[in-house]
Amino acid sequence: MSLTANFSGSEILIFGAIRRDAYEFMVEHPDFVAPFDVVVVIEGPRHPAVIWRKERRAGIWVNVDSVTLASVPSFYAVATTQPLHEIVSPETDAIHRISARQAIRPEQSISDVTDQTVFSEALLRINERAEQYLSLDRFVHLEREILFRARVQLPANLTEGAYTTRMYLMRDGDVVSEFRTAIFVRKDGIERWLHQLAYDQPLLYGLLALLIALTAGWGASALFRLVRNA
Amino acid sequence: MKRWGFVLWEIMLIYLPIAEISTNAFTLLAVGGGVGLLSGMFGVGGGFLITPLLFFIGIPPAVAVATGANLVVASSISGVLAHLRRKTVDLKMGTVLLAGGLLGSTAGIWLFTLLNSLGQVDLFVQLAYVLFLGIIGILMLQESLRALYRSSRPNAVRRKLHKHTWVHALPLKIKFRVSGLYISVIPPLMIGVTVGVLSAVMGVGGGFIMVPAMIYMLGMPTKVVVGTSLFQIIFVTAYTTVAHAVTSHSVDVMLAFFLIIGGVFGAQIGTQVGLRLKAEQLRILLALVVLAVCIKVALDLLIQPSEVYSIRIPGRH
Repeated sequence: MSLTANFSGSEILIFGAIRRDAYEFMVEHPDFVAPFDVVVVIEGPRHPAVIWRKERRAGIWVNVDSVTLASVPSFYAVATTQPLHEIVSPETDAIHRISARQAIRPEQSISDVTDQTVFSEALLRINERAEQYLSLDRFVHLEREILFRARVQLPANLTEGAYTTRMYLMRDGDVVSEFRTAIFVRKDGIERWLHQLAYDQPLLYGLLALLIALTAGWGASALFRLVRNA
Repeated sequence: MKRWGFVLWEIMLIYLPIAEISTNAFTLLAVGGGVGLLSGMFGVGGGFLITPLLFFIGIPPAVAVATGANLVVASSISGVLAHLRRKTVDLKMGTVLLAGGLLGSTAGIWLFTLLNSLGQVDLFVQLAYVLFLGIIGILMLQESLRALYRSSRPNAVRRKLHKHTWVHALPLKIKFRVSGLYISVIPPLMIGVTVGVLSAVMGVGGGFIMVPAMIYMLGMPTKVVVGTSLFQIIFVTAYTTVAHAVTSHSVDVMLAFFLIIGGVFGAQIGTQVGLRLKAEQLRILLALVVLAVCIKVALDLLIQPSEVYSIRIPGRH
């Protein structure tokens, strides 16, 4: 099996091929009836996350309780040939940590609240709504049962770093074969440069902010004075 | 036609590198322009309006505050230069106010960082805005309604401007020649500290507090008040901008740029409009705008949010 992942500036393209002999093996065995399925998982760099819950205190909505998850993916996409729950059993999911629910490792949480699961559910819900966590059913296209490809759009606020790409060949709910690779994802353009500068050289960035403010503020009013006097 | 509008809208979609959201340049130009219009009309800095407006369009409060301070730098520079040229700045008084301001800003930045680590900075900033906008709005409305009432009764008694107060009894007196004052440095220092704290936690210049304090508390002549306060404001907000950039990486240059462009144009139009309206009407209008923004910020705290959970990534916004 082979797997190639490319980053094109805003999306990740994944190409793969299942080795010919594996395919032949499947052909030679007539008992092999179930066609195989492919699951591709793309996971962005991990970071800790604090999930806050608001409650009404003295009439206003205030952050009261929090749960800290030690390591959650900044981005997570599961692309499949068929809906995930149809091709992956819950046990397989738990062993291989395929779905986002498994990937956030809710068992590694730090908190003093009793209902921690609602917090990890909230994290999933918010990230899904923000399109940071994606379930891409039927997004993997199989060709002639040996070639597959998938295309995953990354959000504009992506975190730079190594994105691990895992590919699972599934049959009857079990993993037949597994493959993983990593690609480096980086933003481009002036936004990237500014973000980088703000975090790596904050003093310089602060001074740049001042310079822009002073020149824009002064320049514009000088321009208007010029226009009015002309 | 409609299609082209959509294409244009798409093209103008920009990504803010620090707020980490995509937004439309037109929205930012409109917000900047709107506040610029008001600040041109009323002769106020507008910092106390732009930061809450940024909350409304979804900018994280920490970014809104730090970027707000940066915007005040842009909107005060031409005023500072004009006043320096006209020599309507009391540099000695300005320096004392500035020393207090830097102290206050440092304390404010520390408070901001502390609240940020506790996950309560958003709430704190919103509460601060409800409180300040509420007080300012009500005082302004009261004052302008009284002025309107007074102008209809010309023989009403005017309040005496200069009084001998507790300010004159304090030690450490020095001479401020330009202002013609011989007073203690403690009151101007205290005013400076207050304004400095506000600039760090609210992203405002603080002129709306400093100017009345300079007139009524210190008894400064009105002709040097605006120039001196602008002199203090530009240095304090510049310091606050850099301090926020260094401690919390929350200044968004891209956001600031579009707001400045909008603001400069708005202010030019606002100044022309302002000349054609009566001062009392203007003040009532501004008071109502301030109160409306106050009520909106308050409602956001009072009404149950559609999502009571929120995610914070340590070190990000």
